[in-house]
Amino acid sequence: MRPGANVTSGLAYEEPLIFELSRPGRVGYSLPASDVPAVDPAEVLGADHVRSDDPVLPELSEVDVVRHFTRLSTWNAAVDLGLYPLGSCTMKYNPRVNEKLARLPGFAGGHPLQPAALSQGFLELMVELENQLAEVSGMDRVSLQPAAGAQGELAGIMMIRAYHEQRGEHRSVVLVPDSAHGTNPASAALNSYDVETIPSGDDGILHPDAVSRAMTPEVAGIMLTNPNTLGLFEEHVARICEIVHAKGGLVYGDGANLNALMGIARPGDLGIDVMHFNLHKTFSTPHGGGGPGSGPVGVKNLLAPFLPVPMVRRLADSEGGGFGLDYEFPHSIGRLHGNFGNVGMFVRAFAYLRSLGPNGLRRCSEMAVLNANYLLARLRDVYHVAYDRPVMHECVLSDRNLEPTGITTMDVAKRLIDYGYHPPTIYFPLIVHGAIMIEPTESESLEGLDRFVETLRAIEREAREEPQLVRDAPHRTPHSRLDETRAARHPVLRWQPD
Amino acid sequence: MADYDLPDECLYTEHDEWVRMEMDGARLVVGITDYAQQELGDIVYVELPSVAEEVRDGQPFGVIESVKAVSDLYSPATGTVVAVNEVLADRPELVNEDCYGEGWLVAIEGVDAEVLDSLMDANAYRKYVASRAE
Amino acid sequence: MSDRDRYIPHTPDEVAHMLETIGAKSIDALFEPIPDELRLDRPLDLPAALSEQELTAELTALAARNANTDSHDWFLGAGTYAHFSPSAVDALIQRGEFLTAYTPYQAEISQGTLQAVFEWQTMMASLTGTEVANASMYDGASATAEAALMAMRLTRRSRVVLSAGLHPHYAEVVKSYLGGLDAVIEVAGLGEDGRSADLAGAIDEQTACLVVQRPNFFGCVEDLAGAAEAAHASGALLVVVVTESLSLALLPPPGALGADIVCGEAQSFGVPMSFGGPHVGFLATDQKRVRQMPGRLAGETVDSHGKRGFVLTLSTREQHIRRERATSNICTNQGLCLLTATIYLSLLGRVGLRRLAELNLAKAEYAKGRIRETPGLGLRYAAPTFNEFVVTVPDSAGRALERALAEGCVGGLDLAPHAPDLGPALLVCTTELASRDAIDRLVGALGAGAP
Repeated sequence: MRPGANVTSGLAYEEPLIFELSRPGRVGYSLPASDVPAVDPAEVLGADHVRSDDPVLPELSEVDVVRHFTRLSTWNAAVDLGLYPLGSCTMKYNPRVNEKLARLPGFAGGHPLQPAALSQGFLELMVELENQLAEVSGMDRVSLQPAAGAQGELAGIMMIRAYHEQRGEHRSVVLVPDSAHGTNPASAALNSYDVETIPSGDDGILHPDAVSRAMTPEVAGIMLTNPNTLGLFEEHVARICEIVHAKGGLVYGDGANLNALMGIARPGDLGIDVMHFNLHKTFSTPHGGGGPGSGPVGVKNLLAPFLPVPMVRRLADSEGGGFGLDYEFPHSIGRLHGNFGNVGMFVRAFAYLRSLGPNGLRRCSEMAVLNANYLLARLRDVYHVAYDRPVMHECVLSDRNLEPTGITTMDVAKRLIDYGYHPPTIYFPLIVHGAIMIEPTESESLEGLDRFVETLRAIEREAREEPQLVRDAPHRTPHSRLDETRAARHPVLRWQPD
Repeated sequence: MADYDLPDECLYTEHDEWVRMEMDGARLVVGITDYAQQELGDIVYVELPSVAEEVRDGQPFGVIESVKAVSDLYSPATGTVVAVNEVLADRPELVNEDCYGEGWLVAIEGVDAEVLDSLMDANAYRKYVASRAE
Repeated sequence: MSDRDRYIPHTPDEVAHMLETIGAKSIDALFEPIPDELRLDRPLDLPAALSEQELTAELTALAARNANTDSHDWFLGAGTYAHFSPSAVDALIQRGEFLTAYTPYQAEISQGTLQAVFEWQTMMASLTGTEVANASMYDGASATAEAALMAMRLTRRSRVVLSAGLHPHYAEVVKSYLGGLDAVIEVAGLGEDGRSADLAGAIDEQTACLVVQRPNFFGCVEDLAGAAEAAHASGALLVVVVTESLSLALLPPPGALGADIVCGEAQSFGVPMSFGGPHVGFLATDQKRVRQMPGRLAGETVDSHGKRGFVLTLSTREQHIRRERATSNICTNQGLCLLTATIYLSLLGRVGLRRLAELNLAKAEYAKGRIRETPGLGLRYAAPTFNEFVVTVPDSAGRALERALAEGCVGGLDLAPHAPDLGPALLVCTTELASRDAIDRLVGALGAGAP
């Protein structure tokens, strides 16, 4: 019933909204005594320019606040608690030393507009990180500015558009495989491109003839994810890039799945012209419950003139040496972020790269791929495998074998929660009905994988023998299944006092 | 295949809308079929055109959403919107509960009657649904 | 095994066992799907791995080469603000359950994150005087661009008017975001007192929105009611941008003055400056416009036993469902930073936040008083300010900043690149971190250039 005893019962707290805890008169802050004369805001600002209502903020002691958020935290699953096998999200371990280093006053206490002469350590770190990402990916230049993968995609497509425009060409279509992440077509649409979907072959990968058919002079480029969202390496990537390039198009690489390739193969060598990195996936910066991410964008030299500004570079001795900002990109797509991007994530990713070095990075990819193939090998006799081929860093199962029991992917996912696991990515990619997309990452040990396998096998047995148990899961969480329909029909998006 | 309620007095479109003639064919009332509402699941939001807006045959005139899916609504004919079901703004669930009655979407007038010849009757639509399930 | 694999648990025996289970001869064999000619035939050319001790030494050395709020007295703001943050904030966000969780798609095991997001939405809606705040944007600049896009969708118009008092980097980001669309961007003028002027004249029937920042880039508190009137007279929306969110505790909520969308940066609420990121953008509006809003939203609901809980809702607006027709391509946002701000706002609370804002105002008024009485220095604009203002200096901004630095002060922003017409001028910010002694030293240093 409880394979490997991944969880046992523990303390489970109830906790109201913070506003409901408020007790007038309590304080959770301490301000220094003012060393300047007090002023009357109405006199300084004018009576019309002073707020007359009280914002909805609680009044609580520090103890109340610490307990509130600590209790809330206990309702979350997290990488620090155990396997978090969300496909395409690369939920690997987030090293603690990275947290400590990002908090050094010289990083956390610096200002984006302070003079370059007072920021040399920070600027050097940016240049070094750019260079290392360029080496890992085989791209020529990297901008760290995009704040997340989707903004990196936006930057990439903007550069593709600027490239064609500069050549006097007005292309209107971007090709996107049917297995792509939703951000791909959304990023293309933000650039006024029409999106044409390219079907994957029966073997789950793209075929040159499908791309060839779609590759008209109207096509600005194609967006590839490699390995793709089925965890399969796009074997024909080089040929596909040739076809696109021959017709004047460019190739965008979605770097979400780079964790499969570090030190093994480089997107730049495969023919990719522009790609984004997800520092919060491949390079271990924490996901933080939905960000901050960081989505640097890398380009081949032909797109370098279009990079977002400012760039950072090492100055020649004749320029005084050291590091400085560089705005000399006349064809730049401009600025995408108010400052340099999510700098705190640069520090963490840089620390990660320096901790692992070339051999460690390669070993990450090797063990990530080993783990995914091991799971596949141990689960394929029980769960239907959408495309049963050697996979890279993730594998996609489905609920097809469970059909006679009436148990769906959603039920399996929710039942996994009872056993202490965060569910895999489900119902994605869209081309697999009832997809269960598992990415174990290199962080998971053999015994951890075995326990997970036993759990998934036990759920399959439960689906046959006690389907209601699975259908009603989760049973052991503070909340049972939540009514999403009610939330969407009658949206309640803030707390209001009675 | 599941059994769907497909009233004989309605005509059906390939986009899974039903059409009912009122006022001797001068007015068309449009909704989504029982098949469509079951496929979408719990409807949470319906976006409809304004009264007096022109709609065109085969073109989207609105959007219907469940929790996890979005679907365009396509006009069965060219004409002018004369009424929309305002109640759905607060009670989108009516589309699930009573798709041919209280869950109607829009009424259109000024339609060229010949357009209706291309629509399916209940039997043809039932076959059409079955053919897609295969 | 070397200690350099400390993040990877596999032992050689385990690897061998796993390969056998898979039926692969070697690790290399696992990569057979990658054609040989596409494989990298050499090790990556990266520096060798460091131990944790070596790493700490290397990064500590890099960090030591950066001026920061510990090493200097701080008067530089301009969109990123030096505030004190209670220790409990950083301690709580380092709970692994918050730090190492993903976006809360699986609601039953993400209630901690979801409830915190709902609390954030409540606080930000209230502070901005609106009904709905989303679960954060990347930063204030991209939030402003998304607000302009949202206004274009809502009005089906394509002209965007930016106030000259909008942060110049925000204006640049708006231009980049709208560059791929059929949009026209114009900039309205700045009046002699430092506030936007002649807004009505800049707005026509094609204008989707007017974008006004309060306090504006020059620190001046704009007249939002007047801006709302000008925008609404032509059917345009008013977008109000806030870069110093602490001002919301003291200034009337923009929503109450007619703002249709309020967006900006909440970094001031406990988020480290960190050279400009990660910070936390926000975007808020009223319920009737929520369908056109970008970004994630947490909503209240009940579980199957009727117990209150929270889920991500109205997701059909988003890219993972609507794909190319989504309201935005945004996916990951700034989750941990919104948590930071929520904890900070909980600790400061209703009373503390107001007192802190009043303290910032008092520091600025003291500094402005000292500047007025110092020969050679002047206050460029007459409009009221919050904690930031423009100081004219006698010689050059660069030399004035050097003198300040010699006194241990990072003295403000040289405005020459942003507003060349101003002559030698600095944008100076005084938060609660600026002591009276430091303010006196700064003013003395800036004024020392007078003949």
